[in-house]
Amino acid sequence: MSSSNLFNVTMVIYMVTTCIFFAFLASRNKAVGLAGTYAALIGFLIQTAAIGMRWKESYDQGHGHAPLSNLFESVVFFSWTIILIYLIIDFKYKYRAVGFFVVPFALFGMAWAQLGLDSGIEPLVPALQSNWLMYHVITCFLGYAAFAVACGISIMYLIRDKVEKGGGNSAAGGMLSMFPAIRVLDDLNYKAIMIGFPLLTLGIVTGAAWANYAWGTYWSWDPKETWSLIVWFVYAAFLHARITRGWVGRRAAILSVIGFAATIFCYLGVNLFLSGLHSYGK
Amino acid sequence: MTTNKRGLAEQLWDFFCSLRLTIFLLIGLALVSIIGTVIPQGPQREYLATISETKIRLYSSLGFFDMYHSWWFILLLYLLTLNLICCSIKRLPRVWKIVSEPVLVMDESFERTLSNTQELKLKGGKSELKDRVSAALASEFARPVVTEKDGVIHLFAQKNPWCRLGVYVVHFSIIVVFIGALVGSFFGYKGYAQIPEGGSVNQVMGRNGKIVNLGFDVRCEKFTVTFYDTGAPKEFKSILSVFDGGKPVAGLQNIPVIVNDPLTYKGVTFYQASYGQSDEGALYHLTVLNRKTNKAEKIDARQGERVALPGGAFLSVMEATQNVTPFMKEFDGPGAQVEFTPPGGQPEPFVILSDKYQSFNAQHGGDLLINFDGMDQKFYTGLQVAKDPGVWVVWTGCALMVIGIIMAFFMSHRRVWARISDDGVTVGGSASKNPAGFEMQFDDLVEKLNKA
Ligand code: HEM
Repeated sequence: MSSSNLFNVTMVIYMVTTCIFFAFLASRNKAVGLAGTYAALIGFLIQTAAIGMRWKESYDQGHGHAPLSNLFESVVFFSWTIILIYLIIDFKYKYRAVGFFVVPFALFGMAWAQLGLDSGIEPLVPALQSNWLMYHVITCFLGYAAFAVACGISIMYLIRDKVEKGGGNSAAGGMLSMFPAIRVLDDLNYKAIMIGFPLLTLGIVTGAAWANYAWGTYWSWDPKETWSLIVWFVYAAFLHARITRGWVGRRAAILSVIGFAATIFCYLGVNLFLSGLHSYGK
Repeated sequence: MTTNKRGLAEQLWDFFCSLRLTIFLLIGLALVSIIGTVIPQGPQREYLATISETKIRLYSSLGFFDMYHSWWFILLLYLLTLNLICCSIKRLPRVWKIVSEPVLVMDESFERTLSNTQELKLKGGKSELKDRVSAALASEFARPVVTEKDGVIHLFAQKNPWCRLGVYVVHFSIIVVFIGALVGSFFGYKGYAQIPEGGSVNQVMGRNGKIVNLGFDVRCEKFTVTFYDTGAPKEFKSILSVFDGGKPVAGLQNIPVIVNDPLTYKGVTFYQASYGQSDEGALYHLTVLNRKTNKAEKIDARQGERVALPGGAFLSVMEATQNVTPFMKEFDGPGAQVEFTPPGGQPEPFVILSDKYQSFNAQHGGDLLINFDGMDQKFYTGLQVAKDPGVWVVWTGCALMVIGIIMAFFMSHRRVWARISDDGVTVGGSASKNPAGFEMQFDDLVEKLNKA
């Protein structure tokens, strides 16, 4: 069994998980929701094993390094962190419907990595040969993942808000009954961002520390750095918006979705559309 | 008139204290920051060639080519700082009061503002109850302060009052980071130095084109580059030595400097940044065969150096390469462009190759057959040089920021009051964060106090 096979298994399990969560929303059967959570947990454990195996495979090839160095590895790690943060929130608050809005992000990541990205294990170029790589990547991606969860929750908020204001369409209303209450969604959104914001801050700080250690400049307004700051500004605005009257609820949810869009651009868009230091290999 | 003026000052103060301004500034900064990631910063010739003259003029007058240092971007940052300071001046005293002068007495009107209150089922005399509840609070929550007022005994206990200051620690840390950045920009510099193997430098070229004197010498003893089998670079390594006042600095001799592992001396740090082939210093090896005497002689030449050949001719090597294939398709191996001056004749330029191509080389040089044996190419190392005395201020700010965020997000100021009167014992509680979590803790505490 190679890590690649296990990643395929992971992808399939996340697909099944998404289907189970859909069935949960449609059937409103609590047992189905619990099954969804367990499926996500199994997928997470298999993915953890697969990442560990890939790490070992890099050692077998003679240039061992943590599997965090190219686009494939980062997308896989991103989807792993999304499930991790999701499971934490699920175990703590037990709102199963959230799974249907969060697990697809991880599924999408795995599908893209497995079907569209080069999965070769490459040796590290000199710039990446540093422990700071690990601290930086892990903190950033855990932060991004929390924002992904917040985004899923915000989408739920916006749907519920729209349906409730629109007088309640009965078919959607049925599914909505499994959604947490609107105030709970608002609170969960805030809680997810409370996890993500400190991690993103740490990610930016470790990135700056690494840049300073490797190049002697902690901040050079490189597009990736600037975009991470943009994301940070958006979530800082979110945090302050919550304590300002008139900005809770819908506007906060929209800000959270915008924040995640900026996060994704920071992660992928910068590499695909802009130039700078942080290209993944090519 | 005076009221009007006062009104204006007050309006201005309120404006700078407003959280709406904060949101506006944060979102505004996020939006304008995008510009500089789309328009390449700094002198980018290729990019300039792709846009129109009017755009160039417009962009440069708006400062878009160095956006993050343009006056309006800096102004936004200063406005943010001002907003931050005003907000803190306005709010900090109130928060400080909560921390330093806690409300020790829960009277009935205060009780109504608390979302968690309970009557205890305890019975007994007031002073006996005081001791029992105090002891239970101390062991289950925190040591209480006792106040007696109008014959009623009040207990107050709290946890983590300091975390209320977390937000202000975060805000203060942002100012610290700004100060660190300013210190760096006023008292530090960024530069670049190129040192050929065996060479040394005592000054570097600053970012703005200014020459900066280091006050000591750095010598590059050797530079090596290694590759993986795939052809990707594996390691760039310079061996550096530092000399101060002409004397070697102990402990800083023959230090390997690789990417991600710099060398620092007197606050100046040298980072492995680039490398290249040094065009000074390369040593060319030639074999000159006198076809009449059949005597071969090995000759070394430096670039441009005019060396005397046997028989009174001269030769200088103008340019050379280890592999001529890119220039001359049918050939391979080393090759050199030389200028040969026969005794008493005019200089003639031609190309010589390795001894594999004797007949090619025999076309020139008269009695002399000159073969090019190759060269010892020297590298130069490109070092990023930085001195930033503000960097520790920045790291202090970053550490404060992380600590402050943890205080603000994950710690809760929890307070519990107990009022012991002839009617019985009433407890109340409040928390600055996570009301749902506190409610459970409070109920738990009440249960334990009931057993006191
Ligand atoms: C113009 C600049 C800023 C102003 C005027 C400002 C003002 C404020 C105010 C008044 C509060 C509420 C304090 C309270 O609850 O009593 C607050 C909270 C906070 N601020 Fe700022 N702030 C600014 C910038 C920032 C930035 C750039 C950050 C980035 C880290 C930040 C992080 C926070 C955090 C983490 C909180 C706590 C929010 C919460 O508890 O939900 N602030 N800010």
